Formats: sequence, C-alpha cells, structure tokens
Amino acid sequence: MSTYAQKKGFGATLWDFLTTVDHKKIAILYLIAGGFFFVIGGLEAVFIRIQLAVPNNDFVSAGLFNEIITMHGTTMIFLAAMPLVFAFMNAVMPLQIGARDVAFPFVNALGFWLFFFGGVFLNLSWFFDGAPDAGWTSYASLAMASKGHGVDFYVLGLQISGLGTLIGGINFLVTIINMRAPGMTYMRMPLFTWTTFVTSALILFAFPPLTVGLVLMLFDRMFGSNFFVTTMGGNTVIWEHLFWIFGHPEVYILILPAFGIFSEIMPMFSRKRLFGYSSMVFATVLIGFLGFMVWAHHMFTTGLGPVANAIFAVATMAIAVPTGIKIFNWLLTMWGGSVKFTTPMHYAIAFIPSFVAGGVTGVMLAVAAADYQYHDTYFVVAHFHYVIVGGVVFALLAGTHLYWPKMFGTMLNETLGKITFWLFFIGFHMTFFIQHFLGLWGMPRRVFTYLPGQGFETSNLISSLGAVFMSLAVLVLLYNIIMTSVKNVRVGNDPWGDGRTLEWSLPSPPPFYNFKQLPLVRGLDAYWLEKMEGKKGMTPAEPLGDIHMPNSSFLPFMMSFGLFVAAFGALFNMDDKAWSIPVLILGLLITFGSMFIRSVKDDHGFHIHKEELMDDEDKGVKA
Amino acid sequence: MHAEEKLTHETWPAEPEKSTLEAKNKFLGFWFFLGGETVLFASLFATYLALKDKVPDSTHTLAKDLYDLPLTFVATMLLLTSSLTSVYAIYHMKNFNAKKMNLWLIITVLLGAAFLALEVYEFSHYVHEYNHTFTSSAFGSAFYTLTGFHGAHVAFGLMWFLTLIIRNSKRGLDLYNAPKFYIASLYWHFIDVVWVFIFTVVYLMGMVG
Amino acid sequence: MKRLAKWRLISIFAILSLILSGCGEPFLSTLRPAGEVADIQYDLMKLSTWIMVGVIAVVMVIFFIVLFKFRRKDEKIPKQVEGSHKLEIIWTVVPILLLLILAVPTVAATFKLADVSPMDKEDSDALVINVRSNLYWWEFEYPDQGIVTGQDLVVPTDEKVYFNLISSDVKHSFWVPAAGGKLDTNTENVNKFWLEFDSAKAKEAGDLFYGKCAELCGPSHALMDFKVKTVSRADFDSWVADMKDVKEPAKADTALAQQGQEIFNKSCISCHAVTPGNTTPPEARFAPNLTNFGERSRIAGVLDHNEDELKNWLRTPEKYKPGNLMTDKYPQLSEEQLDALTAYLMGLKVEE
Repeated sequence: MSTYAQKKGFGATLWDFLTTVDHKKIAILYLIAGGFFFVIGGLEAVFIRIQLAVPNNDFVSAGLFNEIITMHGTTMIFLAAMPLVFAFMNAVMPLQIGARDVAFPFVNALGFWLFFFGGVFLNLSWFFDGAPDAGWTSYASLAMASKGHGVDFYVLGLQISGLGTLIGGINFLVTIINMRAPGMTYMRMPLFTWTTFVTSALILFAFPPLTVGLVLMLFDRMFGSNFFVTTMGGNTVIWEHLFWIFGHPEVYILILPAFGIFSEIMPMFSRKRLFGYSSMVFATVLIGFLGFMVWAHHMFTTGLGPVANAIFAVATMAIAVPTGIKIFNWLLTMWGGSVKFTTPMHYAIAFIPSFVAGGVTGVMLAVAAADYQYHDTYFVVAHFHYVIVGGVVFALLAGTHLYWPKMFGTMLNETLGKITFWLFFIGFHMTFFIQHFLGLWGMPRRVFTYLPGQGFETSNLISSLGAVFMSLAVLVLLYNIIMTSVKNVRVGNDPWGDGRTLEWSLPSPPPFYNFKQLPLVRGLDAYWLEKMEGKKGMTPAEPLGDIHMPNSSFLPFMMSFGLFVAAFGALFNMDDKAWSIPVLILGLLITFGSMFIRSVKDDHGFHIHKEELMDDEDKGVKA
Repeated sequence: MHAEEKLTHETWPAEPEKSTLEAKNKFLGFWFFLGGETVLFASLFATYLALKDKVPDSTHTLAKDLYDLPLTFVATMLLLTSSLTSVYAIYHMKNFNAKKMNLWLIITVLLGAAFLALEVYEFSHYVHEYNHTFTSSAFGSAFYTLTGFHGAHVAFGLMWFLTLIIRNSKRGLDLYNAPKFYIASLYWHFIDVVWVFIFTVVYLMGMVG
Repeated sequence: MKRLAKWRLISIFAILSLILSGCGEPFLSTLRPAGEVADIQYDLMKLSTWIMVGVIAVVMVIFFIVLFKFRRKDEKIPKQVEGSHKLEIIWTVVPILLLLILAVPTVAATFKLADVSPMDKEDSDALVINVRSNLYWWEFEYPDQGIVTGQDLVVPTDEKVYFNLISSDVKHSFWVPAAGGKLDTNTENVNKFWLEFDSAKAKEAGDLFYGKCAELCGPSHALMDFKVKTVSRADFDSWVADMKDVKEPAKADTALAQQGQEIFNKSCISCHAVTPGNTTPPEARFAPNLTNFGERSRIAGVLDHNEDELKNWLRTPEKYKPGNLMTDKYPQLSEEQLDALTAYLMGLKVEE
C-alpha cells in the first residue's frame, strides 16, 4: 500500500485525485480549484476597475457590468475564499490534532466535488444566456425580475456547492471532537484548529437558512410559487432576512480561519507562544456566537424601525470587543519575541493595520443612524474589502507560503514571495483606501458608470491603478509556483525551523497515514515542547500496530456529477425544452444510484500492516 | 474491535451504536446534521409565520377556515406511534435480536406510510375543496413548502428504513450495520418532533386564528 | 526603483486630490451636511471617527515598537509568556467604555430620525411627499396639494419634509446624500422618514441637490438620478399654486409645438401625463409626469436639459438608459417629428 512514493503516469495520478479520500490530497484539490476561481474572480475585479477608471466609460455594457459584479462577489466568497480556507483546514487541521484522517473521508471528498461542480455550474452561466445579474446578495425583487437564466444558475449552483460546504463543516466538527491524539485536550489545540472548529459550527447553523432562501427563490422562479410576489401576498424582505442570517455568519466563516492562520504564523516567527491563549479561544467562540445576532445591520435602511435598528446596532458594536482582544494579543505575542520577517510574517504584520482599519470602519457602520449615509455606497465596498482582502486574502496568501512545503514538500521562493507581498500590499491600499471617501462623497456602490462633474474622477482612477499592482502580485505568485514546482527542491519536516505544532513534526508531505504511531501531546505547541527538550520528534503514544485506512472511491465524484447534470435539466425545463426532463431524471439517477451503491455496498476500508510500516522505515520514510 | 466481526449475544456490546470509532463519528456527525436540519425547519417555520394568511384577495380561504383538526390529529397519532415502534426496534437491536427489530421497523414503516397517505389526502382536499394550492397565494406556497418538506423527509425516512431492512435481512446484526439502524431511528424521531411543531404552530395556532 | 518612483508620483497625486476635493461637492457629499438629518449623521461620523482614530493610534504605537525593537538578531529563545490578566482586562474594559460612549448617541439618533409622528396627526400642516420609485425614474406626489411630478423634487427649505416611500417594481433606495441618509423603497410596504434642507447650505449648493438610487435595481441603476430643487416656503407655495392651475393640458403656443402636441397625444400620452392632478391610480402611472418638463434640470435624470439632448434621448433611449421601459413603446420618430415634439415638450412650463 505504500504506493505514494512511486512515480505514476498522468492518467493514474488523475484517477488517484478523482477517487481520493485522503484529506491531504483533497486539500490540494481545494487549493487548485479555489485558486482557479480566485483568478477568475480577480479578472472580473479587473474588468470592474477598468470600466470605472474614467467617467461614462463603455468598456462593458450596463447589463454585462451587473453580471460581472454579481459573479465577482459570488465567485470570491463561495468559490475562492471558502474553498481556499477549506484547503488549509484539510491540509493542516488533522495533522495539528494528531489524526490519521478526518472523521468521514468519503464525505470529505463528496464535499469537495459538490463544491466543485456547483462552482463550475455557476460559471457555465457565462456560456448560456448570461450570468446572474442581481448582485451576490440577489435581493428577491430584482432577482425575480431578472430575465434569462442567470439567477437560476446562481440558485442551483449555490445550492449544490452549499451542500458540499455544509457536510464539510459537520465533518470537521466530528473530527476535532472525536479524533484528537492522546493528550490533545481542547485547551491544547492550536488556534487554527480552534478556529476551524468554530467556523464549522457557524457553517452548520448558517447554511440551512441560505438553503431555504435559495429553495424559495427556486420555487418562485420555476414552479410559480409566491414567496416573493408582492401582489400575491409575498414578501421580499423574507429573502433579505434569510440571506443575511446566513450572510453575516458567512463573513466570520471566512475571517475566523484567517485569524487562525495568523495565530499560527505570529508565534512561529516570533518564537514565542501565543499571548493570552485562553482569551484568544474565548474571543473566537464569542465572535462566532455574536455573529448570529447581528444580521440585520445589513438591513438598517430596509425600514425595520428604530427599535430593531438600535438593538442590532449595539449588538454589532459588541463584536468589536473580542476582535480588539485578538488584535492586542497578537501584538503582545510579538512583543518581546524574536521576529523573523519571512513572507508569511510579512502578511501577518501587514494584516494588523489593514484589518484594524477594516474593523474600525465596521464599528462606524454599526452606528445605525450614520449607516443610513454609508449603506450601499463605496464606503461599504471599502470596508468589506479591508476586512476580506486585508484579513482573509492576506491570510490565504500567507498560508499558501507557510504551508506550501507541508503540502508539496518544497518551499516557495522567499524573494519572489516578498515581491508578491509588496505589490499586493501597495495595490490593495491604493485600490480601497480612497473608496472610503468616494462613498462619503456620495458615490453609490454597484454603479456601472458615473457622470463627470461629481468629484469622483481622480479617486476612481487611483483606485483602478491599484488593481494593476494587485494583478501583478498574483502573476508573480503564479510564476513563483511554477518555478518552485519545476525546481522541486525537497525539504524536511520543519523547513521554517520554527514549527511549534504537530504538523511540523511530520515529513513534508506526510505519508498518507500521517502518523505511524499517534503522538503523545504534552501541552500547547506540542512539537515545540519536544524540541526545547532537545528531542528530535514526538514521543509515540502507542506501540507500532496495524493502521486502519479508508478505501478510495469514485462515488463522491459521481454523486456530485449527477446533481450537476440534473441541475441543467431543471434549469432548461423552464424553457419547456423536450430534453430537459430526461436530463433531469438521468442526473438524479446518477446521484441516487451512487448513493444507493454507497448504502448497500459494505466498505470496511483496509489495514496497513505493521510489517509494511517497518518496511517504510527501511526506505527512509520517517513517520 | 473491527466492525465486520461476527458477534454473539454474549459479546454484543451495550451500546453497539458507539462501539467503534467509525460508529462514534457517525453518531456524533448525525447529531450535528440534525442540528443543521433544525435550523432549516426553523427558517421554514419563520417563513410560514410571516406569510400565514397572506393572500391576494378575500376569495381565498384563510387558515382558521381551512384546517381539519380531526384529520391532522389522527395523522399526529400515527406518527407519534411510529416513533414509539421505532424505539422498540432499537431496543431489540441493542438486545441483538434482528428478527424482532425488523418486525418493529416494518410496523414503523407502515405507520409512516399511513401518515403520508393521510397527508396526500389532506392536500388534495385543500386543493379541490378550497382551491388552496401551491401557487394560489403566498400563504399557500408557504404552507405546502413547510408541510411538503416534512412530508419529503418522512418519505426519505421510509425509503431509508426499507433499504436497511432489505439489505440486512439475510445477515443479521453486526457492529457495521447496527449504527446505521440507530441513526435511521434518530432521524425518524427528529421528523416526529418536527411534526409536533407543525401540528402546534400550523394547525392548532391556525385554528385559533 | 521605477516602481517606487511611480508609487511616489501616485501618492502625491492622491494627496493633492484629497486636498483639492476635500469634503466632496456641496450638492452631493455627506461630508457637506445641508440639513438637520445630515448634521446629526455627520456628528455621529465625526464622533465615531475620533474614537476610532484613538484606537488606531494606540495599536500603531505598539505595532511600530514591535516592528523595530523585536527583530530577530540572534538565535536566543525569548521568554515564553502565557498572558497577562491585567492587560487583558484593560483591553476588554476600555473598548467596552468607548463603545458605550458611541452607543448612547447612536440609539438616540436612530429614534430621532425615525420620528414621523407629525405625519399621522390629524390636521397637521406638515408637508408630506409620496415617493414612488420606478425602473429608473422617480415620481413625487404631494397628496395634500393634489399634485404629481417626477424627477425633480421641489421642497421648501428650513422645515421638516416627511416622505412616504414605496416602489412600483423592484426595490430601490431613496438618497439625497447632502440632506441625509437613505431609506429603501420596498415593494411591499411604505417606509417613512423625514429630511430637512437648510437654506444657507442650499444656497452654497446652488439650490439643487443630487439624489440617487442606492440599491442595485438593474442595468441603469447608476443612472437613476433625481434632483432636489430647494426654494423658500413662499416660493414653494407659489409653485404649488402654479402647478394646480394646470387643470387641462396646456395648449402649445407655436405652430411647431402644436404639431408636437399632436404627436404627443398620439404616441406618448398613454404613459406620460401633462396635468399634475393625481386622478390616475398610482399603479397606472407608467412614466414620469411631464407637466413642468420645460423647467426640469435634467432629461431622464442624467442628460443636460437642452433640445439636442432631448432629441438624442427620444431617438434612442436605450443608449442613454439601458433597460429603460420607454424603448420601443412608441413609433420611430422622423427628424421633423423630433423637432416638433421637442418644441412642445420644452414649452411645458408652469411658472409665470
């Protein structure tokens, strides 16, 4: 079974990835797919900035512009940021808790393929009559009025990929609760594992309202129901509530793992344990909890009345407290440390002022009465790009550099990494800082153009120039990835030299069973503790024995592919196409057939025998 | 302890649904899934309450004149009883008695099917007598979506039980399939609890006005 | 180094532009408040900004000390510190206090801005305006005065003006940045709020404020502008009287305009009214009321108000407002017809 070390042909490798249930390979799949969608979403962003560079521009038409902004937002949130976050969760979290895999490897693969096919489905809308054009929030009255199939692609695509995310969340929750190594108590878990845990809980409770909202919209558009049809008694504000009950936790689903990644990087490269670990854990849980109490601050101008607005304003302000605790804990982690300025650390350090800027504008937005001015202007655009780019994207770029050796066994070039950082950092602030002022000067968001003479010209041009820098940064990163992969210089267990947590005690990349013997965890920063006592690796917690592993399976791919096919049938059934119903049935048959096979065919996995593990040792693979 | 090992009445553990790591994971994961389902139904309930009696004009029947309490009461009793029979089934599962477990599961399935039949009758009654349809008003859409989602869950539960019964009819119980029976019954209880809420919020509160 | 030079150049431009445009345009910017509502909101902005600047200052001081003082110089392992209860309590309690300072005026202002009680009082003399948003145009109805107009909202200065907001089609949002924050026009319910326009500030803005739609509503969302003309109470009353005087469609006075009126009566009048009386139910008002079209500030809300632009608009509305509902609703117009129609429309004035 120790085939991982052998050279394989392309076909075999492809089949391996199509059928894999190994969390490390699924992480790579998430990274590639998420990276691909990130580039697409980035291109859409560039188109937006070209169109807005000068007033009265006609680079794209008004209708196309609305499709681009909708797809930019939807792609970046659902198909780029979340999968990339999932990539690192999959790659690192099981290693950090000393597990051999996640609780449900099969479900893990299914989650990926559902996301992937949902994302592909959504993006195929470009090639059928037009992408969704009602904004990523898809407010019901506009979405119902939207012609063509764009919104249907949105509804079905997000439904499929959302399902994948939901089961992924459940999987991580169970993994963290049930599969921690001996000695790995909750309060010894690395912060990234903690944030994965809280994020997964948020996913579990936040995605069902989105599912319901999408179902209602689907029914309205396809089957003539009246949830959002005002003349029939419907109410479009229901959509706003359902969307934001999902949508607000969603931003914490993105930012908490980012906090987690930075909470790993800062102690590592400061050589100092995380300051105030328990309060960091507490703040994470509190942010997750409060994240569900504040959704209506996205609806201050909907007309919910002063009571609701005041309550949600105060609740929103409260979130600033745990977030502030985190910021100061990070600063104090570095205080008195021995700070090494690696590429990941560059992002971590730049994150603090960038995210604080986004955070304080968040508090400003919480002031309900003043928000009537900010709402739906470029001020809001600036705010959420400061938190999402300055927080999440910085973390994803940092994580890419930090975990690349652990995922691929080779280091990204540090010089190129720092060039990427500086280009991105400068471009980011140039693009978005000025947008605060555009909003305050009266520029609404989601406008495909603006008329001259309103004082918007110079600032928009500056903003567009910033996008050039960010684009260059991404190109440098891609070049770095290609060059690194071509050179492929192998690295050892702890290539940064400052690893503190369990993943750095393993080879890069780890063997497919991760731990030959489960490690004994003796405290926070388990690997660091052993290193400080002069040991080479972890002390095993069990004798060498057989390891039980799950079988690979093609069924997750098939189940997801079936839904993908069925979604086409459902969508074109609205046009009374003759082939649509057979396609729908075929798709559902593929999905349910695969589910049926999964149910009735026993799958006990296999065992790696002790002898084989010892053989591995002879070949020089250390566990 | 490997899941596929053959066990006897003596070696059968007290909690077969949690005796292997896989089973423990399944058990916990399914509870989380039910947590998500709870939020899903909560959203549907909220939508229903927001759209209750929201109709375009006065020719439409409102909740207080629509619902037939005796009928839904019988349906409720059927479903509650089926929950009880599934408890018996799990009791026998824990006692390593596959035969009796299957018997009680079949009774559960029959009760569930009867519930579904009543629901179908109820819906057709509303459509034909009151012209209360899925597309006639926002109220109609919300009512059929909430009860329909529940009905679909019942139908899925029936298929699940049937598949389990047929698949395992020959080979009896082991630690690989015992957790499957257990979580299927968990699911069934959940559906039952949701119905109790539907009965209260939709029917009883609907009768009051 | 070329990159750095470019960056410097750009930052100089950025700073210059900041100084030049400062707080934005007086007719449009939220930073140039021209009324009580905008003032309250501007004060809240300033308060929150000062508190936040304080927070940023503290963070940045620690940040830069860390950046310069704790760089890795040797391979010594620093002391592993678990945390500090004292510090943690400080940075929990101080933010809570700061937020309380912010929360109290927030709640007070939120209630104050939502206070529309004079609207419901019997025989109150508060001015009420019904705003109805439509795909890319705005209708303003003065229910107590019995007049309807569109695109240009006329309001008296130095008094509270109350608004009922609703939408005919999809959700829009009614926003006059210099006068105060926005409120959505929903499809299912009427939202209410008030604004006030300060006469001195209005003068600075040329007595013409820009209004915008702030909720994505389709292709021409960006072009769904309207204008607010501010006048004194006396001028407002005389404008209302002039409007009310138009009981019948005004007779065109030149031959060309009369020709235009015939075309209008054949092709346009089924959607566009030219009398301000609100006898048609709101749902049946498909297009802006044109009673005082000749006195408007823009054509279709965005084009300059002159004959050439009017002809451009009538030729191809789709080009100027993609997705508008006027396109293809009337037969193709010849150049002569355009001249006539333009003469007629530009002559639609009510003020003496």
